[in-house]
Amino acid sequence: MDVTLQLWIDAALTLMILSFLYRDNPFYKFAEHLFVGVSAAYLMAIGFWDHLVPNLLGKLFPSLMSGVVPGAVGRSPDYYYIIPAVFGLLLLTRLVDRWAWLSRWALAFIVGGSAGFNLPRFLDSDFIIQVQSTMIPLVVLDQSGNLLWGASFSHIVLVLGVICGLVYFFFSVEHKGVLGQVSRVGIWVLMVTFGAAFGYTVMARISLLTGRMEALGAWLATIF
Amino acid sequence: MPLHRTTSNPRTVSPSIVRLRAALAYTAFALTRAVLAYTAIIFTLQADPILAQAASESGWFNADRTQALVLGVILTGAILLYVVLAASGRPLFIRKIAGLETVEEAVGRATEMGKPILYVPGLNDMDEVQTIASMNLLGHLATIIAGYDSRLHVPVRKSLVMSVARETVQQSYLSAGRPDAYQEDDIHYVSDAQFAYAAAVDGIIVRERPAACFYLGGFYAESLILAETGNSIGAIQIAGTARPPQLPFFVAACDYTLIGEELFAASAYLSKEPRMLGSLKGQDAGKGIAIVFILAGSALATLESITGSETVREVSEIVLWLFR
Repeated sequence: MDVTLQLWIDAALTLMILSFLYRDNPFYKFAEHLFVGVSAAYLMAIGFWDHLVPNLLGKLFPSLMSGVVPGAVGRSPDYYYIIPAVFGLLLLTRLVDRWAWLSRWALAFIVGGSAGFNLPRFLDSDFIIQVQSTMIPLVVLDQSGNLLWGASFSHIVLVLGVICGLVYFFFSVEHKGVLGQVSRVGIWVLMVTFGAAFGYTVMARISLLTGRMEALGAWLATIF
Repeated sequence: MPLHRTTSNPRTVSPSIVRLRAALAYTAFALTRAVLAYTAIIFTLQADPILAQAASESGWFNADRTQALVLGVILTGAILLYVVLAASGRPLFIRKIAGLETVEEAVGRATEMGKPILYVPGLNDMDEVQTIASMNLLGHLATIIAGYDSRLHVPVRKSLVMSVARETVQQSYLSAGRPDAYQEDDIHYVSDAQFAYAAAVDGIIVRERPAACFYLGGFYAESLILAETGNSIGAIQIAGTARPPQLPFFVAACDYTLIGEELFAASAYLSKEPRMLGSLKGQDAGKGIAIVFILAGSALATLESITGSETVREVSEIVLWLFR
């Protein structure tokens, strides 16, 4: 496509989307519907050619798919893949009222399987590694035995912050008395963390805005 | 003389025996399912030539991950124990979760105003725990909405989520005795593309002007776009996600936010379902274990740092083996 035409389309769609900042209007509606329609169709095509064809059809019918799936030539069919194919077809039974209940088998398999596969992963990343990283000395000394105030303070804040945060997420007991106070500190720790994260992410969003402004700048440069 | 002839002499069974029987039956059922699942996994692994070859080279047991196995057994054991206790009828306390108390108020407000309720189940697919939790909450919310005869609008990003959401909402309307009020088209697919989905939901918000917006599930960069648009139309907004980077935006733009694990606790809190309550209690036991080990680990590390003692280091290695 001609670069200038591409720039004009890019700028027009950007301005249409940005017009939402004023209010909902026909230009925004047009850009929104175009975006939704194009992306849905594009991702469906990607899903078919990048997932269904190489991962299922290429395994079950390698000779038929040899033209489109690299490495399928000379490979024997892997009938093991009939199982996911059947589960996939079961999902489509929702389209027929009489057989719709069969789709629950596939859904149950997906939900149950995901929960099972995620358990060891999350146990590692969200539990073991987190606890491990919090087991740190509260008093940090340098090589010659002098106290490092900054590092020690940082470690104390980290350990206390994690414990108070964990107490906030205790659901079995009423947050009253000492537990209530600790939990209150926990929510303050969380809020401070959110504040820092908010600022950091806003900076990242500004860089996205800069990117759009640069695109509009390039378009304006073609005009003037 | 009795007017009716009694057919048998009913034996009185004490409630504790009834609870014990229920607990045993539940344990047997859970164990049977676990054995069946294990058999299926082993069968699957052996059937796959690549996995079978990997297993023959390195064995079926990875000794480096023994700690993870032990911790997994302890945590799932605690969860199972509490689930069994809950199933046996023992009352389990769950503290109040701010935000959930207002769910009914938000639905009532929408009904009074004659406006719909928007429910956004996040961007993830059904393989994400947050989406599963979101579907549980959607089911509960749909039951309330069916009772109030309001309209529920659920735009989704993933086709599978749409299937599950439709199934869930339909069941809720059925259980509320309003199957006629269920509108399948109100739960619809939009697009897999993140910002196309965000743009479409924004459009829905400004055109339909829902009285209440719920954003519960896994969210990414679109969280503030959605919450800010909902805020601009004056809707009551309740959000919840376990993705820490998005929580600040929801906290800033919504009336109530379920922070992290509160999202998972919410379904147990709302449904009061024994298995969910038991599971939540079991997870609290896991947090208790974490606190104990963090305190012990930090104390030993501090002692080691100050004294430099080899003995403390060895004790620390033994005590903290589980997390090494």
